[in-house]
Amino acid sequence: MSSSRFFSWALKAYLLVFFVYLFLPLMIMAAATFNESRFPTVTPWTGTTLQWFSALWADGGMWSSLVNSLLVAVGVLCLALPIGVASALFLTTVEGRGKSFIYALILSPLLTPGVIIGISTLIFWRNWGVNGGIALTIIAQSAFIAAYVMLMVAARLQRFDRTLERAALDLGASQWQMFRRILLPYLKPAILSAAVLAFLQSLENYNTTLFVAGYDTTLTIYIASKVRTGLTPAVNALALLMILFTVGMGVIYELKRRREAARRLV
Amino acid sequence: MWQQLRNRFGVPLTMAIVALLGIWLIVMVLLPQWQMIDYSFHPSLLPAERGGEKDVWSLTNYATFFNNDIHLAIFFKTIWSSVLVTLLTLIVSYPLAYYLAKVATPGQAALCLLLLIIPFWINEILRTFAWYIIFAFRGPLNELLFALGLIDRPIRFLNGDIGVLVGMVYAYILFMVFPLYNAIESLDSNQIRAARDLGAGWGRTHRRIVIPHAKPGIATGCIMTFMLAAGSYAVPALLGSPGSRWFTQIIYNWFFEGGDWNQGAAYAFLLLVLCIVFVTVIMRIFKVGLGDIAK
Repeated sequence: MSSSRFFSWALKAYLLVFFVYLFLPLMIMAAATFNESRFPTVTPWTGTTLQWFSALWADGGMWSSLVNSLLVAVGVLCLALPIGVASALFLTTVEGRGKSFIYALILSPLLTPGVIIGISTLIFWRNWGVNGGIALTIIAQSAFIAAYVMLMVAARLQRFDRTLERAALDLGASQWQMFRRILLPYLKPAILSAAVLAFLQSLENYNTTLFVAGYDTTLTIYIASKVRTGLTPAVNALALLMILFTVGMGVIYELKRRREAARRLV
Repeated sequence: MWQQLRNRFGVPLTMAIVALLGIWLIVMVLLPQWQMIDYSFHPSLLPAERGGEKDVWSLTNYATFFNNDIHLAIFFKTIWSSVLVTLLTLIVSYPLAYYLAKVATPGQAALCLLLLIIPFWINEILRTFAWYIIFAFRGPLNELLFALGLIDRPIRFLNGDIGVLVGMVYAYILFMVFPLYNAIESLDSNQIRAARDLGAGWGRTHRRIVIPHAKPGIATGCIMTFMLAAGSYAVPALLGSPGSRWFTQIIYNWFFEGGDWNQGAAYAFLLLVLCIVFVTVIMRIFKVGLGDIAK
C-alpha cells in the first residue's frame, strides 16, 4: 500500500472514531432517560419507562429557571446587539492612532475567563447597591457576547461596497437614511446570525452566570445544582429534549443550505 | 476619530455609536476589572469600617495565597492540567481540521461542520453530565472494560484527573477545530501537491508546509482552549473530586462560602494574570498579533 493511501485510510478511521467520541456520550445520556433506575445510568438496565418525562414536566424549579434563562437571553440581545453593531461600525470607519488599543480592549472580554467577567461585574455593581440577579446576569453576559456580535457584523461590513453609500448620499439621502436604508439591510443577515449565536451563548452560559445570578437561578445553574444534589433521570429527559431541538434546528439548516446550493446550480 | 465617524454617519448616529462603545468598554469591561483589582488590594471589612482607618492598601490577600501550600499546589496543577488539555485538544483536532480543509469535498465539509456544531449547541453542563454517566462507578465504561476482561473491579474514574481531562477536551474541542480549519483552509493546495511531487513524505509535508501555514490558527486555538480550561468551573465540579480541585473552585469558595470577596478578588486577579501571561507567551512563540486571533 502506498503511503498516501495508508494516510487517507487512517484519516477515515480517525474520523469515524472522532465522531463516535463526539456523539456516543450524548446517545448514552439520552438512552438513560428511558431507564427505570432512579439514578441516571444505562447499566444496569432495570426496565424501560417514560416516567422521567412526567417527572420533568412536574418540576416547577426547572420551568421557573427556564423562564429566567429566556428573560436573560432576551435582555442580552437588547444590550449586546446594539453594542456589537456600533463597535463594528466604529472599527470599520476609523483609522489612526488609538484604534489598535480600542481594538484590543474590544477583544479582551473574549480572552478573559468567564468567571473573571462575572466576578468583576458582581464587585463593581455592589458599590451601587445592585446585587446578583437577572439584571446583573444580562450585563455580565453582554460584556463578552457583544464582542462575538462585533466580530460577526464586522466580517460582513468589511465586504461592504462603500460606493453604495456615496451613491445614496449623492442622490440626496441623509446620513441617517443611508444607514437605515442601505447599511442596515446589508447587515441584516449578519445581525440575524449574531442574534442566534448570542441567544444560544446566553442560554448555555454557566461560568459567568454562576457569580452574578444571585437567587435568580437560570437553567444551566439549575441543571448543575441538580447534577450535584438530587440527580434523577429527569435531567436526562431535559437533555434529550434539548438534543432533539438542536438536531431539528441542524436538519432545518442543512435542508435550507442544500436547497440554496441546488438553486445556485440551476 | 470623531471626525471620521461624523463624516460617514452624521452627528446623531456618531453620538449613539460612541455612547454604546463607551458604555461597553468603560462601564462593562474596564471599571469592573479595575474595581476587582482595587478590591484585591484591600482587606475584607464590615460595611461600617469601609473608608475608615482600617481601609488601607495592602498585600495581605496575596500573602495569604503565597503562604497557602494547598492553594499554590492547586494553582500550579490548574496551569499544568490546562496546558495538557490544550495539547491533547490540539492533537485530537489537527487531523480533523486538515480533513475538513483539504481532503473533504465542500458538501462533506459542510455536513461535518454541522455535526461538530450540534453537540456545542447543547450546553456545557449537559455535555459534561454525559461523561459523568459514562464514568460512573457502575457506569457503561466500567461495565465495558469488565466485559472485555480488562479489569476485575470497577475503576473510580470520577476520583482523579482523567475524568476532568477527557471532559475538558470534549467540551472545548470546537474552539480548537475552527481556528485550525480556517487557517489550513487558506493554504493553497498546490503547495501540498508540490511538496509531495518533490518527494516529501506526509510527515514532512505537514511539518514543513501545513503546520507553519496554520500557525495563527494553532495559536488562536491554543489561547482559547487554555483560557476556557483554566477558567472552567463546571467540568472539574462535575467530573472531579475534592482531590482534584480547580483554581476556579477555590475562587468560588472565597466568594460564596468564605464570604471574603477581597480575598476572592485577589485569587481572580491571579487567574487573570495567568491568562494574560499565557496569551502573551503564545503570541510571542507563534509570532502572531491580536488581529490574527480575531479571524
